Amino acid sequence: MQKFSGWSLLKEAFGGHQGWKTQWRRAAPKAEYDAIIIGGGGHGLGAAYYLAAEHGLTNIAVVEKGWIGGGNTGRNTTIIRSNYLFDESAKLYDHSLKMWKDLSQVLNYNTMFSPRGVMMLAHTVHDMQVSKRHIHANRGNGVDNEWLSPEEAKEFCPILNIDPNIRYPVLGAALQRRGGVARHDTVAWGYARAADALGVDIIENCEVTGMRIDASGAIEAIETTRGVIRSKKVGVVAAGNTSVVMGYAGIRLPLESYPLQALVSEPVKPIMPCVVMSNTIHAYMSQSDKGELVIGAGTDAYNSYTQRGGLHISAHTLESICELFPVVRRLKMLRNWGGIVDTTPDRSPIISKTPVKGLYVNCGWGTGGFKATPGSAHVFAHTIANDAPHELNQAFTIERFRDGLLIDEAAAAAVAH
Amino acid sequence: MLVIHCPYCGPRPEPEFAHGGQAHIARPQDPTTTTEDDLLQFLYLRENPRGLFRERWRHARGCGRFFNAIRDTTTDFFVTTYKVGERPELPGGAA
Repeated sequence: MQKFSGWSLLKEAFGGHQGWKTQWRRAAPKAEYDAIIIGGGGHGLGAAYYLAAEHGLTNIAVVEKGWIGGGNTGRNTTIIRSNYLFDESAKLYDHSLKMWKDLSQVLNYNTMFSPRGVMMLAHTVHDMQVSKRHIHANRGNGVDNEWLSPEEAKEFCPILNIDPNIRYPVLGAALQRRGGVARHDTVAWGYARAADALGVDIIENCEVTGMRIDASGAIEAIETTRGVIRSKKVGVVAAGNTSVVMGYAGIRLPLESYPLQALVSEPVKPIMPCVVMSNTIHAYMSQSDKGELVIGAGTDAYNSYTQRGGLHISAHTLESICELFPVVRRLKMLRNWGGIVDTTPDRSPIISKTPVKGLYVNCGWGTGGFKATPGSAHVFAHTIANDAPHELNQAFTIERFRDGLLIDEAAAAAVAH
Repeated sequence: MLVIHCPYCGPRPEPEFAHGGQAHIARPQDPTTTTEDDLLQFLYLRENPRGLFRERWRHARGCGRFFNAIRDTTTDFFVTTYKVGERPELPGGAA
């Protein structure tokens, strides 16, 4: 692996930047691997990286139907936070948040992680009560979160409108200072490059079309558009397409796939110093280092695989954004797009073994998987390598729905989050 | 935005409707013989096909009535909508 540093940049500058090498090999599938990860997004590439780096498995492949990072990893609004209500979630997401802090150094790839603070607005008495409950629960779990008055919120984000006469006035906000944003593409590229350097084959344009299970009920091989690949361990990290892929193994999961939209404005000078989210009016916004305002909307009402979503959903979000931030009213939107998110009934992920031996699944991240990328990949790699969950994901099983042990962040947030 | 044909009112824009998820889900009838797996099936397991999907809608901001539809989740085009109690065949003879 060609190490990136200030010196290497200077050296290559003198050579006219002709000496940069391809960051990962274009691998062709081998006949057999020790482990296969299905899905080349951040969570999948990360799992392959941790399997190689921490568990000594290097004969691994990541198979991806399109190009790496082309699904939800490249389509999200990059918000990172860990202020979840329940103990299990707070621990899992905070594990991830701690890993974000030195991820750039670990991968030798600038993920542009910027802990600029995530502020979640409260607009009603109910919001205030829920926010304060979250704050107390978070503090009990060692997760920072603090309550701000509307004036303090405006001081933290000067373009915020705290006029009490708007439709949903800002009554206060919960602020997680350690939260922030990162550059989403670099997470996929950084993990891909680091995993490749450890010998992991990253196989793009390779769609899984079936799974072979032997007589004892263990996974034997996967069928792909580039041939049959054998492996005794297969991890599925296919986000919105998880139901389809797991269907090949005859496993039904409590998942529904919905389009979730995001959009960016034309770039402007820095006006937005933090991330602001409002669950009640379905809007969140931050500013990228390029200057674009990155805006996220809610999910569409119906399940779909179209990666588009209805325009009235993003229009609804923009109405909220314009009321909260009147300064952006005359900005034009450059692009909008949709990603397909797989949601569980309790809006918590599934990181689990499955009824098929050697088959593992990491799914159900719904509308908020990006923040969890390093932590999710880390505990999933542990689950695959040891055929047993890490202590942080042992509650996130498939069986919790049968056993009534939900981790009900859906009820805790009262909306998709 | 979808244009949805309410079987009672005709074509109307999507914001008039509420989506109700998968159609034709029956609650287990006899509690004494209902198992955990039956309840799992009833409460949480849903079809999530990439393709034709039977789903329930309600014309919430119109006539208020429930009806069902067959929609292709890869294109969002409706094959048909139909009244409660009916169950038209899927094109191609699939389940």
